[in-house]
Amino acid sequence: MFDSLGDRLGGVFKRLRAKGRLTEADVNEMLGEIRTALLEADVNIGVVRNVVERIRVQAIGTKVAEALDPGQQIIKIVNAELVAMLGGETLKIAYASQPPTVVLMAGLQGSGKTTSAAKLAAWFKAQGRNPMLVGADLQRPAAVEQLKVLGAQINVPVFSAPGDPVATAAAGLAEAKRIGRDVLIVDTAGRLAIDAEMMQQVSDISAAVKPDYTFLVVDAMTGQDAVTVAKAFDETLSISAVILSKLDGDARGGAALSVKEVIGKPIAFAATGEKMDAFEQFHPDRMASRILGMGDVLTLIEQAEKVFEKEQAEAAAAKMFEGEFTLDDFLDQLQQIKKMGSLTNVMGMLPGVTKEMKNAQISDDMLTVTEAIIYSMTTEERRKPEIINGSRRTRIAKGSGTQVSDVNKLVKQFSEMQKMMKRMGGMAGKGGKKGGPMAGIPADLAAALGSRPGSR
Amino acid sequence: MNNISLPIIFLVLAVVVLVFGFGVVWLNRRKPAAPVVQRATPITKTAVVEEVAAEEVVAVVEKASVRDRLSKARSAFGGAVTSVLTRSEISDTTWDELEEALLRADVGVRVAQELMQPLRARVKSKEIVSPRQLIDALRQDMSAHLVSTDRDLRFDATIEGPNIWLMVGVNGAGKTTSIGKISAQQTALGRTVMMAAGDTFRAAAGEQLATWAERSGAEIIRGAEGGDPSSVIFDAVQAANARNIDLVLADTAGRLQSNTNLMEELRKVRRVAEKGAGTVTEVLLVIDATTGQNGLSQARVFAEATQVTGIVLTKLDGSAKGGIVFAIETELGIPIKLVGLGETITDLVAFNPIEFVDALF
Repeated sequence: MFDSLGDRLGGVFKRLRAKGRLTEADVNEMLGEIRTALLEADVNIGVVRNVVERIRVQAIGTKVAEALDPGQQIIKIVNAELVAMLGGETLKIAYASQPPTVVLMAGLQGSGKTTSAAKLAAWFKAQGRNPMLVGADLQRPAAVEQLKVLGAQINVPVFSAPGDPVATAAAGLAEAKRIGRDVLIVDTAGRLAIDAEMMQQVSDISAAVKPDYTFLVVDAMTGQDAVTVAKAFDETLSISAVILSKLDGDARGGAALSVKEVIGKPIAFAATGEKMDAFEQFHPDRMASRILGMGDVLTLIEQAEKVFEKEQAEAAAAKMFEGEFTLDDFLDQLQQIKKMGSLTNVMGMLPGVTKEMKNAQISDDMLTVTEAIIYSMTTEERRKPEIINGSRRTRIAKGSGTQVSDVNKLVKQFSEMQKMMKRMGGMAGKGGKKGGPMAGIPADLAAALGSRPGSR
Repeated sequence: MNNISLPIIFLVLAVVVLVFGFGVVWLNRRKPAAPVVQRATPITKTAVVEEVAAEEVVAVVEKASVRDRLSKARSAFGGAVTSVLTRSEISDTTWDELEEALLRADVGVRVAQELMQPLRARVKSKEIVSPRQLIDALRQDMSAHLVSTDRDLRFDATIEGPNIWLMVGVNGAGKTTSIGKISAQQTALGRTVMMAAGDTFRAAAGEQLATWAERSGAEIIRGAEGGDPSSVIFDAVQAANARNIDLVLADTAGRLQSNTNLMEELRKVRRVAEKGAGTVTEVLLVIDATTGQNGLSQARVFAEATQVTGIVLTKLDGSAKGGIVFAIETELGIPIKLVGLGETITDLVAFNPIEFVDALF
């Protein structure tokens, strides 16, 4: 919905190239665009101000205008700055010498504490630990029930007792010791940072269980208020790290940057889906691209690697570059992409995709229609679409329940793609030292891949 | 990894680009000038639409003022415009501070600029000279943008069968809790209420709703966990009709708007809800006041899928200002109907534009 930083800076640099050098006004305009991009990603305004200032210093120090592509240069600077801000020390869990290692979960209502508590327990289990959950959210109706159901799903015991949350947490700790669990995760009720009484309560719970780690759960969709909340919780509980929840949505997640910058605590985990194993350690580099709207190439690669047969895909790609890619191959790849989730999702992760395309609001019906047309072709037609003449077109259109013009359009698009790919293949082959295999790749993609620290 | 994965990315890119290139043409032809968001008016029989004056509801229970409730948050964190007011004249700093105040309230960059532009002109023409006048003008402009006349919950007593109010929203927005509060208010008005536990996904969501049903004296129909939400809601509507119950409050599982399959499921829920004896007269999108710019995307996608008729802004008693709903109402035309101010059953009140705007700064 929002323009990526690349799109934003594109306009500035087009004019810049015509002029050939960077005036102070240009720098300011560019920084203005960076500021807007960050604000639209929900980065806190105070944090934005600091980031933009730091980028200004770096941008002036670099001979931006002399670079081959000043836009990419700037994006690289911005991206590197965000990665540096988001990264730093990562959280390594040091297990208590006297088990159990106690983890306290805190956060606002609806931020995802209970779900995250269970996911965290599943994560500890996968690390070979024996976690136990304590339901100390006695406020929200059925919160303990929810934790129990989730606990049963992941096969982790859940302890809770009605009455006082502080006493429940303390009893949970005693129970964990009694039955010999080595990690204890205490789920607490959601509370507003300005609710003094409730903040006192969570502080009392903390005093009762003496947690080794206190995790603040922050919703990735949070706006400017994220820093206020993080500060208040950190002052009361001294947070160890943040868990970023609901990161599978389309929020840019600027809250991550804000919280990290303001309380200086690392983001340890990110929740990325509805399933119990959709919980992973946080990747600062991915988050940076996401905040800048540059597409999450790494996630895309991961997802693609999960569904694509590597050798088959490479063979298909090779065919494509040589211009031997047939509609059959296309159909195969279409099936693979369908496994990666909705088209809109895949689109969102692709860098270099224009905003017109992102805004096109196309449903997955498109895939079905495309498939139907190809399925209505004979094997020969799929191999050599150029043989499709008028009567064949009419037959295909009838067979797929579409119009002749749809068939035309698809065939035409396909041949254009073939040509384009052949060209790109040629460029990649002859690119030599300067371009290397990256030549011809959409600029954003190159930047995203190139800016990763120590590309694996 | 780069060299191995690059061809795959190419492949994905090429295939997706092709499908989209083709798709845009196809869709444009199929649906000429299909508006992205339509203002939904599900009530066709407008003969006698009995409107629930929400103020009345509050009068029945207890008068909770947005201003009172927010004073705590405001004294602690507010005052973003105080520095504007302490200056004797309007300078560049004034504009910066004003913009910052708007941005801090999550109003969004574009809306903030749109609000400030006419003010700049008025300052230039000397129509506005003091910071106090500037703030007042901004407040007036903002309230003037929130002029929807459609803030009352729509209950149509003339229809056959029960009215259905459907609650939708992302995970953790406060759908279930809002249903509990709405139920209490509606029963206080003398209506009979049936809850439909359409959140069959989240563990114990049914239990949570059952607790609210008990507290508010409503009936409830629940389905199996993991069951089909459409059928649960359909069953609840049929049961409500059989027992002559006025209103069905249908809960749905929280879902992120980017999850196409779950949005498709919700579309079906909306469709199937009306297959039986009842009529959907409200689809309420619940938005958490802490939500940032993503709220606009939420509203757009949910409205497209379920013809949202109103916004419930929850958790406004915290330090978050909920400014994104200003953008939602002014840009998408979806009226804000209710505001959540706390955890007790009476803490859901009618939206008041003037109080809301005052509380933003």
